[in-house]
Amino acid sequence: MNIKNLTIREVKRGLDKKEFSQEELRQEFLKSIKKKNPDLNAYLSVFKNEEPEVNKGVLAGVPCAIKDNILINGTGCTAASKILENYISTYDATVIKKLRGAGAVFLGKTNLDEFAMGSSTENSAFGPTKNPHDLTRVPGGSSGGSAAAVVAGLSIFALGSDTGGSIRLPASFCGVVGLKPTYGRVSRHGLMAMASSLDQIGPITKNSYDAALVLNIIAGSDKFDSTAVPKEAPDYTSGIDKSIKGLKIGIPKEYFSEGLDGKVNNVIQKAISKLQNLGAEIIDISLPHSEYALASYYIIMPCEVSSNLARYDGIKYGFSAKAKNLIDTYLKSREGGFGEEARRRIMLGTYALSAGYYNAYYKKAQQVRALIKKDFDEAFKKVDVIAGPTAPTVAFKLGEKVKDPLTMYLSDVYTVAINLAGVPALSVPCGFVNNLPVGLQLIGKHFDEAVILRTAHNYEHN
Amino acid sequence: MALSKKDVKHIAKLARLGLSGKEKKKYLKDLGGILDYMEMLNEVDTKNVEPLALVTGLKNVLRKDENFHQLDIEKVKQIISQAAEREDNFIKTKPVLENK
Repeated sequence: MNIKNLTIREVKRGLDKKEFSQEELRQEFLKSIKKKNPDLNAYLSVFKNEEPEVNKGVLAGVPCAIKDNILINGTGCTAASKILENYISTYDATVIKKLRGAGAVFLGKTNLDEFAMGSSTENSAFGPTKNPHDLTRVPGGSSGGSAAAVVAGLSIFALGSDTGGSIRLPASFCGVVGLKPTYGRVSRHGLMAMASSLDQIGPITKNSYDAALVLNIIAGSDKFDSTAVPKEAPDYTSGIDKSIKGLKIGIPKEYFSEGLDGKVNNVIQKAISKLQNLGAEIIDISLPHSEYALASYYIIMPCEVSSNLARYDGIKYGFSAKAKNLIDTYLKSREGGFGEEARRRIMLGTYALSAGYYNAYYKKAQQVRALIKKDFDEAFKKVDVIAGPTAPTVAFKLGEKVKDPLTMYLSDVYTVAINLAGVPALSVPCGFVNNLPVGLQLIGKHFDEAVILRTAHNYEHN
Repeated sequence: MALSKKDVKHIAKLARLGLSGKEKKKYLKDLGGILDYMEMLNEVDTKNVEPLALVTGLKNVLRKDENFHQLDIEKVKQIISQAAEREDNFIKTKPVLENK
C-alpha cells in the first residue's frame, strides 16, 4: 500500500472499495512512523494500543496527527516543554471531540516549539523536527511536527495552531497546505493558550480540498470558548471548484520589499501570473502599516504569553522543584521547567506590562494593531483575496538562526499581520527553490475562508 | 529605552522566574536588542486611535448562571493526581503567609 500521498478523499474511496480496512490503514501509518520518525522527530508520542474499531462519519478511519499543545483526554500533552513532561490531559479539546465525532483516528502528538513559541521547531525540549525535504534544515514552526508528518506520509492530515504564522510557515517550508482560520472561527477550548487574542487552530493537509473538509468539522461556536463566534459555518467544499474568473486579487507592495529572497520572489511572481491566467484580476494594493506589524506583534504576543504562562507554577500540575517555601517553589519550578525562548518572552511581556511601561508598549502596540486591521479592511473594499509570499525565504539550516532571536522573528514578517487583523489565510505550495518548497499565502476577509480555499483549489488543479 | 541589570532582576521577580547570573546578562542583552527594535512603533501616529484587542467585535458574551458540569469524583481525582504535593482530594502548597 502506498500511503505517502493519500488524501482524505482517497482514503474514503479506498475504504469504500474495500481496498484496505481502517485498521490496516492505521497499522500502515504506525509502521511508517516507526521507520521514519527516528530521523524526523515529527511525533513526540504515538498511540499504538488504541482499540481497533470501525469508526463512522465524514472522516471515518482517516488517520491524523495532533500538535502536542491540544488536549486529548487521558493522554500526555507536553507543549514540548519540560514543565509538562509528565502531564496527562484531563479532557478533550473541542476540536478533538469534533474530530472524534467525525470518525477520525488519532495517530499521535506532534512536535512543536515549546508552547508554540518559535519559527523552526528548534525550541522543543525534546529535540528539533527535521525537514523531510532536507534533514539538515528546519521544518518551520511552531507546528513543524505536524507539517513534517503530513509531507513525509506519516499522517493524512494534522492539526496545528497559529498565533503569528505557526501553521502557515511550516506548511510553506514543508510543501503542504496550512490554513489559519478567522479568529473566532474555531474553538480554542483545550488548546494550551499562548496569546489568546491571536491563537487559532487549523488544518495542515496535502491539498486545499482536504483543508476544507477538516475545517467543515472543526469550525463553529462553542459554549466553552466565548471568543468562538456564533456564526454558522458554511460547507467549505461546496463551490470550491468554481472558477476564479473575475476574482479580484490584491498584491500588497509591502510584501515584496528588500527582505524577500530573489528566487522566492520569482516563484511567487509565477504563481501570481498563473492566477491571472486563470481569469483573476490582479490589482496592486498597499497595506501601509505592514512594516510595523512585527514590532506590534512582538509586544502584544509576549504580554499575553507572560499572563497565560503564569499558570505553570509547579503546584497544580507539571514539573515541581523541591524548595523550602512558596516563592522558591515558583522561582525554581519555572527556572527548571521553561526553556530559553519561553523565558525570554515571559520576561519581555512582564516588562512591557509592568508599571510605567504599559502605555509606551502594550497600548501603543494595540493602537498600531488597530491601524493594521484598518489596512486590511480598506484593502478588502477593493479586492476579494490578497496574495503574497508566506515566508521571505525557503527552509533554513538547523542552528542557523537559533542564537539570534530577532533574526528568527523576521521569519514571521509576512504572517503576523494576519493574526493581528484576525483575518483567515492559508499557505499553498507553489514551487521550489533549490529543491525546497515555497508557499503562496492567500488572505481573505473575516470569515471568508471559502474564497481562499477556492483560489488555492483552482491553483492546484490547473 | 535602556534596560538595566536591576530592571532584569525586578522583571524576573515579577514573573516568578528564577534566573542565574549568566542568564541575567544574556537577557539584558537580548531584551535590550528587542526593545530597541520596538522603538520603531514611535514613528506611527496613533493619536485618537482606539487600542484593538478583540478583532471580532464580540463584547460581554454571557451565559445563563447555571452549572453545566456534572461533579465527577473520578475526574476530580484525575486532576488532583497531577499535583506534585497533595493530601486526599486536595492540592497541598507551602504556606502563603509566613511567620517572620
